[in-house]
Amino acid sequence: MENKKTSRREFLAATILASAGMAGCDGENSPFTPETEVALTGEKVKLLSVKGEVIEVDRAFLKPVPDLPRLTNSEERKGIPGKKFVMVIDLARCKNLKKCQQACNHMHYLHPGQSWIKVHSMQDGEHTAPYWQPTTCMHCDEPPCVKVCPVDATFKRQDGIVAIDSNRCIGCRFCMAACPYSTRVFNWETPALPEEVAKQHYSIETSVPQKRGTVGKCDFCPDMVRKGELPHCVSACPNGVFMFGDMNEDTVTNGADTFRFSELIKDKAGYRLMEDLGTKPSVYYLPPVNRNFPFESGLENQNLNDHDHH
Amino acid sequence: MTTINIADTTPVPAEQIAKDLLPQKFGRRGMIWTSVLILLFLTGIIAYFRQLRQGLVVTSMRDYVSWGIYISNFVFFVAISLVGSLITAVFRLANVKWATPLTRIAEIIAVSAIVFAALIIIVDMGRPERMLNLFIYGRIQSPIMWDVIVISTYFVISLLLLYLPLLPDLRILINSKAPQWLKRLYRFQGSFWKGTAEQFKISERSITILCIAIIPVAFSIHTVTSWLFATTYRPGWDSTNFGAYFISGAFLVGSGAVVVAMYVFRKYYHLEKYITEMHFEKMGRVVVLLCLLYLYFNINEYMVPAFKMKKPEEAHLGGLFTGEFAPMFWFAIVVGMIIPIIILLFKKGRKPLPMFITGIMIVVGAWFKRYLIVTPTLLHPFLPMSDVPAAYRHYFPSWEEWAITIGSLAGALLVMTFFVRIYPIIPIQETISESHEEE
Repeated sequence: MENKKTSRREFLAATILASAGMAGCDGENSPFTPETEVALTGEKVKLLSVKGEVIEVDRAFLKPVPDLPRLTNSEERKGIPGKKFVMVIDLARCKNLKKCQQACNHMHYLHPGQSWIKVHSMQDGEHTAPYWQPTTCMHCDEPPCVKVCPVDATFKRQDGIVAIDSNRCIGCRFCMAACPYSTRVFNWETPALPEEVAKQHYSIETSVPQKRGTVGKCDFCPDMVRKGELPHCVSACPNGVFMFGDMNEDTVTNGADTFRFSELIKDKAGYRLMEDLGTKPSVYYLPPVNRNFPFESGLENQNLNDHDHH
Repeated sequence: MTTINIADTTPVPAEQIAKDLLPQKFGRRGMIWTSVLILLFLTGIIAYFRQLRQGLVVTSMRDYVSWGIYISNFVFFVAISLVGSLITAVFRLANVKWATPLTRIAEIIAVSAIVFAALIIIVDMGRPERMLNLFIYGRIQSPIMWDVIVISTYFVISLLLLYLPLLPDLRILINSKAPQWLKRLYRFQGSFWKGTAEQFKISERSITILCIAIIPVAFSIHTVTSWLFATTYRPGWDSTNFGAYFISGAFLVGSGAVVVAMYVFRKYYHLEKYITEMHFEKMGRVVVLLCLLYLYFNINEYMVPAFKMKKPEEAHLGGLFTGEFAPMFWFAIVVGMIIPIIILLFKKGRKPLPMFITGIMIVVGAWFKRYLIVTPTLLHPFLPMSDVPAAYRHYFPSWEEWAITIGSLAGALLVMTFFVRIYPIIPIQETISESHEEE
């Protein structure tokens, strides 16, 4: 693991250098002589050259590499080695702010009106208290959707993520019928995307860009995890409802607090949705006890579309 | 020359049989019928082009109701195609001789229905151009793959069961007074058939093997189709009864369709000597038995969950019994099963005209029954329908969906219409040879 990290850092440095070089590479000119005037910042950055020498260049010559190098389809299908992702959703903290949903929709460029995260208004029994329940994809260990997919377009990765290959999906929607959590959405029309996003190569890890005639859903943001960051919903929630982590490390975090997963689940009596179906979800819920907010405070954020229902 | 005696007392010589049964040109009514079908079919094609260009957004399907009338129409087509195996294979193996004039009617219904079942599934796909992925990346664990395998097998066997018994008739057709272009077609399809004893032996044997083979395949196609639903967790689909329930319903709707076709062909082509009242009488008994069988499975399917009224089932069953789907549900049960049973239990009810009306009631009831199997379940998911536009919570098919569905039904009828224009709908050779046997 350590070796890999180092090599990635080196690789990154080389990429930055290369792109800086490309920007200036024009005939016999030195790669660092710009073809257009670049306003020097005066700030020097030390870099490792291809020959192995440490060189100093002005920051103005650096071009940021937007992301990590692209993974191959088979790497993306395999997943991140040694990981087993898990999410804990603390229902006591949710007041239906929907920041998770907004961040998710925004970062995945979802078509207007569609969301991968839904916040349900729940009431278990006639006399029991209502509460808000955000749902993501459950990333089941026995995923009913994967069982029924005829072309291996949705699959279970070794890190526990159930992902979708939109370049392979035939759009039969059997997975949508099979999912008891109704977590999957379909691109009924060409998704409204910014042009540069639509042109991007589809990545299983970012699930961007969504494609017409294929199924989409929450992907647990493995691209963020690879960058050492938390999924968008987790970091967007101001109330720390979502905790994300690795089962193998037995740790989950909402960014502010970090918990030992097994203890959290034990102490707070965590549970999973529809346990009786045997789907073995990777998303755990903490019951809505000792709530931070009254249920009513979330009503104003209820989706406008919800009001005309029943 | 020999004379024969089919059911009633009129003796018919072999030449007369051939003359009676040869395909005839469309009359005025035939022309109108065919043009209407072509128009409906073309409207379907136009609607499908719109769908190809804009995506499935032209349908009313959305994230909750993600399967709509395309899928229910698919189930309907698969169901109706099962009758081929019943009348050709089951009756043949059971040595039911009276059904011979009906075999080709049943087989052409089977073939055209299964072709349109396959087409309608392609219409339902979000990415039809990726269909080859099924063969490149196919995974055998998916019930869809099972369906692909058994439906294509069923199609091939049904086509052979249509073709092999046609060979002796092709020879008659080649020697008939048909127009040149048709004769070219007949020669292409059947000029190798000389009618030698050996050829008959091979053909006989092949048909017997195919008849045995098609029965498990036929059971498979509809059982697997029922599993597309029963392998999920949803209320209304999560049922161990589904395979038998689907198959009994399929035999019923197929037999209903055969009765309707019998009546139409008999009247239009004046086949009263060949499709007699006896045939209606016997088919009536078959249909009433199938009606009772299907009603039995329906009682199982709805009564047992209704007795318990488990929470997830409650909303679904409520919608069917007394809710928004109640008119359609009771129509399908009463008009599609109970009234036909009452009519057909009486001898007078098994005469051609009442049988024809009953057949139509069964087929129409069955189409709506398939709709009720697919859609209401999807409107009652386990978790509430939250954070979606209002249109996602209801389903009524768009005009494109109706046009494509009606177009596919018209297409299946067109295949049958053209078939009877080109080939004899009642096997000539078999009718002649069976009359020989009777002597």
